Amino acid sequence: MNQEFTLTIFSENSIGLLNRITIIFTRRKLNIESLTVSESALKGVFKFTIVVNCDEHMAKNLTKQIEKQIDVIRAFYLRADEILHQEIAMYKIETKSLLETNLIEGIIRRYNARILELTQDYTVIEKTGHKAETQELFEQLKPYGVLQFVRSGRVSITRLRKEHLSSYLENLEKGHRNPVMD
Amino acid sequence: MGAQTIEEKKGKTATKHISGSDALLQSLITEGASTIFGYPGGAIMPLYDKLMDYTKELKHILTRHEQGAIHAAQGYARVTGEPGVCFATSGPGATNLITGIADAYMDSTPLICITGQVFSHLLGTDGFQETDVVGVTMPVTKWNYQITKAEEIPEAIAKAYYIACSGRPGPVVIDITKDAMINTFDYSYEKCTYIRSYIPEPKVKNPQIEAAAKLINEAKKPLIVMGQGVILGNAEEEFLEFINKSGIPVASTLLGLSAIPNDHPQFTGTVGMHGNAGPNIKTNECDLLIGIGMRFDDRVTGVVSKYATQAKKIHFEIDKAEINKIIQVDAPVLGNVKETLAQIIDFVQPDQYPEWLAEFAACDKVEYDRVVKDDLKPTEGKIAMGEVLDQLNEISNGNAIVSTDVGQHQMIAMRYYNFKRTRTWVTSGGLGTMGFGLPAAMGAQFGCPDKKVVSISGDGGFQMTMQELGTIAYNRLPVKMIVLNNNYLGMVRQWQELFFDERYSNTPISSPDFVALAASYKIKGETVTSREELSGAMERMYNSDEAYILEIKVAAKGNVFPMVPAGASVSDVIYGDEHK
Repeated sequence: MNQEFTLTIFSENSIGLLNRITIIFTRRKLNIESLTVSESALKGVFKFTIVVNCDEHMAKNLTKQIEKQIDVIRAFYLRADEILHQEIAMYKIETKSLLETNLIEGIIRRYNARILELTQDYTVIEKTGHKAETQELFEQLKPYGVLQFVRSGRVSITRLRKEHLSSYLENLEKGHRNPVMD
Repeated sequence: MGAQTIEEKKGKTATKHISGSDALLQSLITEGASTIFGYPGGAIMPLYDKLMDYTKELKHILTRHEQGAIHAAQGYARVTGEPGVCFATSGPGATNLITGIADAYMDSTPLICITGQVFSHLLGTDGFQETDVVGVTMPVTKWNYQITKAEEIPEAIAKAYYIACSGRPGPVVIDITKDAMINTFDYSYEKCTYIRSYIPEPKVKNPQIEAAAKLINEAKKPLIVMGQGVILGNAEEEFLEFINKSGIPVASTLLGLSAIPNDHPQFTGTVGMHGNAGPNIKTNECDLLIGIGMRFDDRVTGVVSKYATQAKKIHFEIDKAEINKIIQVDAPVLGNVKETLAQIIDFVQPDQYPEWLAEFAACDKVEYDRVVKDDLKPTEGKIAMGEVLDQLNEISNGNAIVSTDVGQHQMIAMRYYNFKRTRTWVTSGGLGTMGFGLPAAMGAQFGCPDKKVVSISGDGGFQMTMQELGTIAYNRLPVKMIVLNNNYLGMVRQWQELFFDERYSNTPISSPDFVALAASYKIKGETVTSREELSGAMERMYNSDEAYILEIKVAAKGNVFPMVPAGASVSDVIYGDEHK
């Protein structure tokens, strides 16, 4: 049964690795719903967060195929209940149209959003949350004329006390050059 | 010679100021390369120029096409166990390697492919003969890397060798810009033995060994399916010790063949679409299926939902990604089979399965009566492909290295050649690459100059890479070439006969006079059309000290049976006589 999985991948920072990872999805005709790449808390180690809809067998195989890439240190797949995640959205609206109503305060409060910049011309509102939440705010703002709307990919954090990778790398550092892989 | 420096003791060579091309060639030499297959061109000219300074250490074989070069490198690697090395220029040179790279990736063959690239300042400008080789080869390489600075060469080559040869082997592509070949730098070389993000061999877990041993000791009808992992892991001895002690019947995959001699009393034949009836049928009757260094390819399993569902399963495998990829197993045993088999031997009870083996023999009897007899010893009609293999067995006594192309002749060779020694079987398995056989045989002959190498092809596949006759002739390679000519693309024709209402769309194929063609390269040969001529011709070919081609006109519409039709269960074997 298809469900949403978040794949977290820790890798070296090497040219072309993103391509190597995405072709693992393309080859199986799987769409990447969201993708975020950035340096992780560990210096020099990069973290990919990829959201995909598939069944668990596929998620498992994808993870193994990704981890098989030489420059990938570890890869994990996580179900929605195993992680906390956020996306960030920004909305640009004509300031004039906002001022014409008195709804703006209510919207900002209700959606826990904030105003990032306000000029005579336009206003930029920012909101973090799940995709459904940022989408809902977009729908709310639509009547006022949204000039631009952008949304980031997902970032996620596990519900475990420590990141999966930390202990793994610690073991590597300790000279266990051949750690037991699960 | 003075005392070694500390760096030299660590395996690091002394520093010298040389060009990138020199550095690359010296790196290859340090890694033990001696034979390179390749083809020059604009972007790789600086490297080819420097090759002339290393003719003592490096033999470069100029093939007639880059595809010939890479298949030769594959053949070389398969018979020697060392990585095959090939050179090609940028653009079309590099793209001509792709089929071979994909083939090597599927069949876990270690290759080092060096491709020239345009000057680094031209990258991304659609320069002359520029192709994004790193991008194009990404899905079919274990690793690839583009060198744009001479300084990167030693580390890239060291990593390339380490990655290609360790763990589950595979092809690596190093793309190098022309300026990186030309520029000079302070070179020293250190072999790579560790990459943080890469665990070539998972550490063996004792509980996995014990769990597998328990299943083995409890089994009443166990069956081993041996794959190429046994050969790649150099684990033939450990494997023999394991089967001798456990007494378990052994079947092989296409690529596992030659790991143990076919005449081993527990050897029951091959599994898969054109494998033997016994192992296929018994796959669905055994109570324990033990895959060793194999990957449950769909040609092996038939329809997965009906594959050995009654059996517990153990999977010995070095590549973690293969565990539970296709078949869910009860006991995975991760690690190099050389190590895991050595360890499990102590936990396994000595046993024998005479009654269980007798069931295989009963299947063999049926297969013999319904298929084999007429394949090997027909008395009328045109020559059958099986007869040729029968003759080859007789004359080679299992001592030849056999290389095949892809199709009916390949399946017949798989079924009937009597393998005796490891690494004597070179065939394209996973990718099924027509055109593979002849250049692979050529590479195998370079790898094993003192052995008889026999290339078996069909008339279709031979025509795909027959330009390599030029390479064989020029290098006076004593490769023996058998072309089984049925004037059809036989395997496709067989499927058309069985599954497409005998509509032979584009499978009849004409050929040149192969013997005359070979003669134009000054290669000897003869055409065999009748049964009476066959053994004499085979003898003349086999005993010749030179290259020799035998074009054997075989029955136009011969079929390979038994067969597990696509989409059927492995135990639903058809023998081809059902509707007679």
